[in-house]
Amino acid sequence: MHNKSLISINDYSKDECLKVLDLAEKFEKDPVQNLLSGRVISTLFFEPSTRTRLSFESAVSRMGGQVIGFTDSTSSSVTKGESLKDTICTVANYSDLIVMRHPVEGSARYASEVSNVPVVNAGDGANQHPTQTLLDLYSIRKTQGRLDDLNVVMVGDLKYGRTIHSLLMALSEFNVNFFFISPEELKMPNEYKLHLKNKGIDFHEQTDFTGILDDADIIYMTRVQKERFSDPIEYEKTKNAYVLRNNMLENTKETMKVLHPLPRVTEVSTDIDVSKKAYYFTQALNGVYTRQAIISLILGLKQ
Amino acid sequence: MIKDQKTLKVSAIKSGTVIDHIPANNLFKVITILGLDNIKKPITFGTNLESGKLGYKGIIKISDKFFVNEEINRIAMAAPQAQLNIIKDYKVVEKKVVQVPEMIEGIVRCVNPKCITNAEEVKQKFIVTNDGEVSLKCHYCEKITDQEHMAFI
Repeated sequence: MHNKSLISINDYSKDECLKVLDLAEKFEKDPVQNLLSGRVISTLFFEPSTRTRLSFESAVSRMGGQVIGFTDSTSSSVTKGESLKDTICTVANYSDLIVMRHPVEGSARYASEVSNVPVVNAGDGANQHPTQTLLDLYSIRKTQGRLDDLNVVMVGDLKYGRTIHSLLMALSEFNVNFFFISPEELKMPNEYKLHLKNKGIDFHEQTDFTGILDDADIIYMTRVQKERFSDPIEYEKTKNAYVLRNNMLENTKETMKVLHPLPRVTEVSTDIDVSKKAYYFTQALNGVYTRQAIISLILGLKQ
Repeated sequence: MIKDQKTLKVSAIKSGTVIDHIPANNLFKVITILGLDNIKKPITFGTNLESGKLGYKGIIKISDKFFVNEEINRIAMAAPQAQLNIIKDYKVVEKKVVQVPEMIEGIVRCVNPKCITNAEEVKQKFIVTNDGEVSLKCHYCEKITDQEHMAFI
């Protein structure tokens, strides 16, 4: 993992993913470690993503490193027409590692090929966001004590949801039962269902919550976005069907946790926030430990 | 007798390469991929010829031109079942079949309009999957370009 870019969750084997989780656990116990003294990390955000950027910057700061970069492309030379290649080749001279978010799909892979320092993908369009997947895995393992024999319910936009697809791919390395709840228009694409079939993993899909929540170990919620619907009337009709409310959690398992990649809009009712089953804010905190682990493994500061 | 009539539709060559079993609708793609529109050798081709294997096929005959395997494999995307007959002195001296490569660079455009290869000057690169039908997984954006949507460069 030393000096290796992290672009897609598929770049890490199952063992490498587990290594990140183990190290993240150590960072959780002892988050302030002066490992990055004198090191510079670039955060290049060609499109804004405040949450992800702050999480990376927090991770670097807790390890004593410095952050340089930009928060959206209007404040970089991209507006002058500079190519991605030129931006990356230049910035690679100034830093030990590049964290980048870019709206164009495949941009991070390309950047990793032209950069002479490792690149961590913090989201390339609808393609990949591997650190999100690793923090999701961390959150699941931490709350359930394992990644095997779990009932994982995925809710919302399963068709376009990047986090959903990457998490599915990562969890398919473990023995997990999947339950997909989504409107007809946003169902899990066939290629992922085929992947699960090939791996011999059980999944079940339906268009409402009926009969599923009480056995769940994890409910992973995502936003159902209006622009995904070809028919706005269909959106108005379906949007309320995928809102999780506190009273729906009454008979769920004590250990069950509700996860959400955030930002949330209305799909997780705020009345859940006070429940100990709500985990999304802690999940965001886990992102910092996970990113500390990833950065220190790539820079060879931890084994 | 009938068989003879079929083969006579495109005249025989003395020396060169005959590319047979090209799907009729991809004949011109194969011509483009191999750069045949730019070579100064006599070329004859036929298309919409009846074929037991393909329904209708195309065939190309190029005089005094021999391809290296790498060149041949470039046509795998358009004509995975193509067969090459190497002709010397009017006789077939060697038969070659197209082998679908594991990876291709260039040749095809990624179907995803949001892909970096369609946004900047980045050479297309695909991992080839072949389960009956050839499809391409973009090395960059990871989207699949299937046969139906393959646009040759």
